[in-house]
Amino acid sequence: MTEELIRVENLTMHFPLQKGLLANIFTKGKRFVRAVDGVSFSLCKGEVLGLVGESGSGKTTTGRMILRLLEPTSGEVFYRGRAVSSYAGRAMEDLREKMQVIFQDPYASLSPRMSVGDAISHPLLIHGLAKGSGARDRTLAMMEAVGLSPAEFLYKKYPHQLSGGQRQRVVIARALVTEPDFVVADEPIAMADVSVRAMILELMIRCREMFDLTYLFITHDLATCKYICDRIAIMYLGKIVEIGPMKEVFANPVHPYTATLLEAIPVPDPRYRRTHPMPKGEIPSPINPPPGCAFHPRCPLAEPSCRLNEQHLVDLGSGHKAACSLKTL
Amino acid sequence: MDTGSPMLSLEDLKVEFPISIGTVTAVNGVSLDLFQGEVMGLVGESGCGKSTLGLSIPRLLRPPGRIASGRILYRGRDIVRMGKRELLSLRGSKIAMIFQDPLTSLNPLYSIGHHFVETVRAHDGRVSRREALGRAASVLESLGIAAERLDEFPHQMSGGMRQRIMIGLALILSPDLLIADEPTTALDVIVEAQFLDLLDVLRKQYNLTIILITHNLGNVAQLADRITVMYGGTIAEVGPAQSIFDRPLHPYTQGLLASIPNIRLDEPKLKTMAGSPPDLVDPPAGCVFHPRCPQVMDTCRQDRPPLFARNGHKAACWLYR
Ligand SMILES: Nc1ncnc2c1ncn2[C@@H]1O[C@H](COP(=O)(O)OP(=O)(O)OP(=O)(O)O)[C@@H](O)[C@H]1O
Ligand SMILES: Nc1ncnc2c1ncn2[C@@H]1O[C@H](COP(=O)(O)OP(=O)(O)OP(=O)(O)O)[C@@H](O)[C@H]1O
Ligand code: SF4
Ligand code: SF4
Ligand SMILES: [Mg+2]
Ligand SMILES: [Mg+2]
Repeated sequence: MTEELIRVENLTMHFPLQKGLLANIFTKGKRFVRAVDGVSFSLCKGEVLGLVGESGSGKTTTGRMILRLLEPTSGEVFYRGRAVSSYAGRAMEDLREKMQVIFQDPYASLSPRMSVGDAISHPLLIHGLAKGSGARDRTLAMMEAVGLSPAEFLYKKYPHQLSGGQRQRVVIARALVTEPDFVVADEPIAMADVSVRAMILELMIRCREMFDLTYLFITHDLATCKYICDRIAIMYLGKIVEIGPMKEVFANPVHPYTATLLEAIPVPDPRYRRTHPMPKGEIPSPINPPPGCAFHPRCPLAEPSCRLNEQHLVDLGSGHKAACSLKTL
Repeated sequence: MDTGSPMLSLEDLKVEFPISIGTVTAVNGVSLDLFQGEVMGLVGESGCGKSTLGLSIPRLLRPPGRIASGRILYRGRDIVRMGKRELLSLRGSKIAMIFQDPLTSLNPLYSIGHHFVETVRAHDGRVSRREALGRAASVLESLGIAAERLDEFPHQMSGGMRQRIMIGLALILSPDLLIADEPTTALDVIVEAQFLDLLDVLRKQYNLTIILITHNLGNVAQLADRITVMYGGTIAEVGPAQSIFDRPLHPYTQGLLASIPNIRLDEPKLKTMAGSPPDLVDPPAGCVFHPRCPQVMDTCRQDRPPLFARNGHKAACWLYR
């Protein structure tokens, strides 16, 4: 598991803010949503990296930039050592087959007018990978592999005729049918029911082994990371504040925000009592992020210096890094 | 917790939605008692009838949904047969509800203050605008929101704040029963945890009785005194939270508990539950859970199990006959 598949360097996305009717005449120049602000990490072949953070922290935007569904403001993505921005034409199309995405909401991402078989075989047709009975056979095989069986029977069904769990399987089959080696799974189980969640997680783990996949697993739920991730990266306001081996981060969270997230996970045990109170307030606006350490307005350990000094990831050994100078000194 | 007579009793409640291909029986013979001051967690998979049950208590079901049979006794008075006037005074001032989606329940055209004034004055026209705003300010304060924000509009607030506004609107008439329907699903873990902490404070401050609806058993573990597990429009199991977690009786509850990720346990794999929830137009005969049950017996396919008592709680399962 040492061959590097994906590397992301200083990835940044600043969305220009739309000037509305009430455009602020006092602010000169353009304003930006700093959705992602200098994110770097790498993924080895076969690895699962969890990207975790609150709503609006920039997880989806990061995933979309890696897949080139969004052009970064700055920074670069490398696939097998080659800059993705250097791909064009046919080479770019080939790359798209190799990098796929599973979206959060199977209701929104499946067309109600496309049968299951048509939806799954669609990527094969548009990438020219197979057609006719060849495409059909590959689709049926993939359906069986993800547990959509009997495949022949379900092939002609429409999304509304399926259960939630089956729909999510269709979305997975569609992403895997082009035989990608890298998959961005953006909250693949957030919309699913408790009983379906475990099933889908299990399926994703099985697919990883069957098809030798590498995942970027995006979620706001740290608890599910435990079952699938090798490493996790914690995002806050567009930046990675902590990254490391999953077990190490769970056992020894260094950044106060990571500790907070771990505390916030509901524990299915009535006797359990949280030891620290939750921080007040919510994630601030990425339009004017707080100066210095962006977590300082909510941080239980904040000191006056935290408002002034911007924080950078510090290596703590064995791949564990955190961006809080108070804790890493 | 008062263990005398219940504040609310559902008696064999049945709620239906007539649709083109038949009738969805979303709540199918539910009987349940709720006592003053307790928090009841109502949990189960999507479509099991939690919202329908919650909505039918203050009779807020939208047609064609209807209460087909049964009684809903609030302090001895049957809500099902209540006249319009009595019903209106009950809603809001006695029974309040927070809905699943906070954004759609606030009107984007009106300020937050306007929402409060309308709510108060709809209930009592004699209250002045000024006084209504004063009350709103003090409720918001107890929710950690500055009174100045009464002038703002829903879109200017974050998801967590909108949710607290919804709670404020529910509390402004000092109800004694609050029904909160999945108030936290749209939000993230920290806001969710903050919300549950807030409910815990409010229940004491306002002496509230709460029905907390959620699909995640983990969410209600620390807050709920008792838990009702629903499956396919029926009650699978009901009892004190602690004993439901320690000694779940019903095979469905056992499956549900096993499929919750627990970060503090050292299990490498989540357990999965086979099959999917029942079709409520044509539910399975006998025990609704039998097609998915790992312990199914012959009787289960024919006869519907009543609630059997065991270990201080009750389960609808023939294993405990
Ligand atoms: N196309 C866009 N134009 C402007 N702002 C955007 C755009 N897409 C995302 N944003 C903003 O960028 C920030 C990060 O959004 P993103 O969707 O990446 O967050 P996320 O971590 O995936 O959140 P969630 O958990 O809610 O999906 C948010 O503030 C969002 O409003
Ligand atoms: N207006 C309606 N017309 C027809 N069927 C309905 C209607 N509203 C709800 N149902 C059905 O009633 C059943 C119970 O729905 P309900 O919304 O109460 O479930 P729930 O437990 O709250 O689910 P969720 O966790 O998804 O909110 C479902 O099968 C649903 O499809
Ligand atoms: S730098 Fe300061 S504010 Fe930021 S996480 Fe560390 S202690 Fe908290
Ligand atoms: S009654 Fe039978 S089918 Fe139903 S839960 Fe009990 S054992 Fe399973
Ligand atoms: Mg997202
Ligand atoms: Mg519901």
